Amino acid sequence: MSTVTGEQARHERPTRYVDHVMGMPISLAMRGRHAAGAKALAAWAEVMQDLSEVDRVFSTYRPDSFVSRLARHEITLDECPPEVGEVMALGELAERESFGAFRVRRPGPSGEPMLDPSGVVKGWAVERAAVHLRDLETTDFCLSAGGDMVCWTLDPLAPPWRIGIEDPHDPRRLVAVAHVTTGAVATSGTAHRGSHLVDARTGLAPRGVTSVSVVGHSLTWSDIEATAAYAHGLDAATWLSTRPVSGLVVWEDGTTTPIGTTPGP
Amino acid sequence: MRRIITWILSTVTVVVMLFGYHTSTSGALTAGQGTVFTGVLDPGASRSSGGSGQGAGPRTSQGGTKGPAAAANVTGPVVQTHYGPEQVQLTTKASAITDVNVLQYPHSSSQDQQISSYALPILVQATLDAQSADVDMVSGATYTSSGYLESLQAALDEARQ
Repeated sequence: MSTVTGEQARHERPTRYVDHVMGMPISLAMRGRHAAGAKALAAWAEVMQDLSEVDRVFSTYRPDSFVSRLARHEITLDECPPEVGEVMALGELAERESFGAFRVRRPGPSGEPMLDPSGVVKGWAVERAAVHLRDLETTDFCLSAGGDMVCWTLDPLAPPWRIGIEDPHDPRRLVAVAHVTTGAVATSGTAHRGSHLVDARTGLAPRGVTSVSVVGHSLTWSDIEATAAYAHGLDAATWLSTRPVSGLVVWEDGTTTPIGTTPGP
Repeated sequence: MRRIITWILSTVTVVVMLFGYHTSTSGALTAGQGTVFTGVLDPGASRSSGGSGQGAGPRTSQGGTKGPAAAANVTGPVVQTHYGPEQVQLTTKASAITDVNVLQYPHSSSQDQQISSYALPILVQATLDAQSADVDMVSGATYTSSGYLESLQAALDEARQ
């Protein structure tokens, strides 16, 4: 990262948009030709429409969603929109790749089988919705859904997006900054949701780890990798280092383990 | 039909590459890197051009032109991709593709060599607020809409023009 790119980055402040869907904030930052104006607003509307549709189909909080009805065995997978099958297949792949720490079907609080594809849906949905923004000529963007994001930069020499990694012990602080030109950043942990995530192999909350951030190529996979690594508890860093990504594990005691390669010259 | 199969084989390669890309990494994987088929999938032509061996062109295993119901396997050449050698095979019947097999998949060791493209997050020590942080976006464990109000991300969004 040369000083010049840093200076350039400061010259153009991104134009920002915020809205809420799926119970979480969606933040968009754009820079370049269509960062503002009618085309930007139209693309942003398409993104939100896309995410609302995903919520309608996949939400486990809506009793009438396809996924809720599928969980209650009222309908079969064949009766769902094809995206449901796509996401379930991703879930199976994620289960295999995480050695079972990540599961779409797992025992619920009272032992009953539960269908919860939300660990796969978010990254997949945001990556898919971001396609509308890629249609804007000469425009870079960073689209975040509740802290997981897709970064897009047309010129590889342009300044990277600077992504702060939140301190899970104090959400007003950052523990690290990741520079991402084009790629994805996802973080999993309990900071904002309580003990929601469990190791599917034991049904228990993971031990020793507070959050895992992953910087990778695809948000679908970075999101899954962050969740799977977190579910590995004390083995989070060991597991994540087998993946082709970089990242950061923040432990319960406040120490951190960076994963990946050191910045080049 | 030939053109369609050629196009589909290229597409299959792209799909396979995209499917594999979570285990690779590197810079942007463009469609160009995946679109590696150029051979014309004419069963007759590939027979007559025999002897060219692996990688020279696609070939079929059963003639393939006997009748509308005859099944044929169309095997693509071994293609050297960015991630290693790859080869796919299509089974067609009555002008429809009935099966796709990946005969060779880019080997994982060649993918491992790609693991270097994302730099480590840079650790910061000081307490940072939204103004001094100089970041574009904040990644944290999933914010809910209510928790968001307290977050650094909200402060960043608030500062928008």
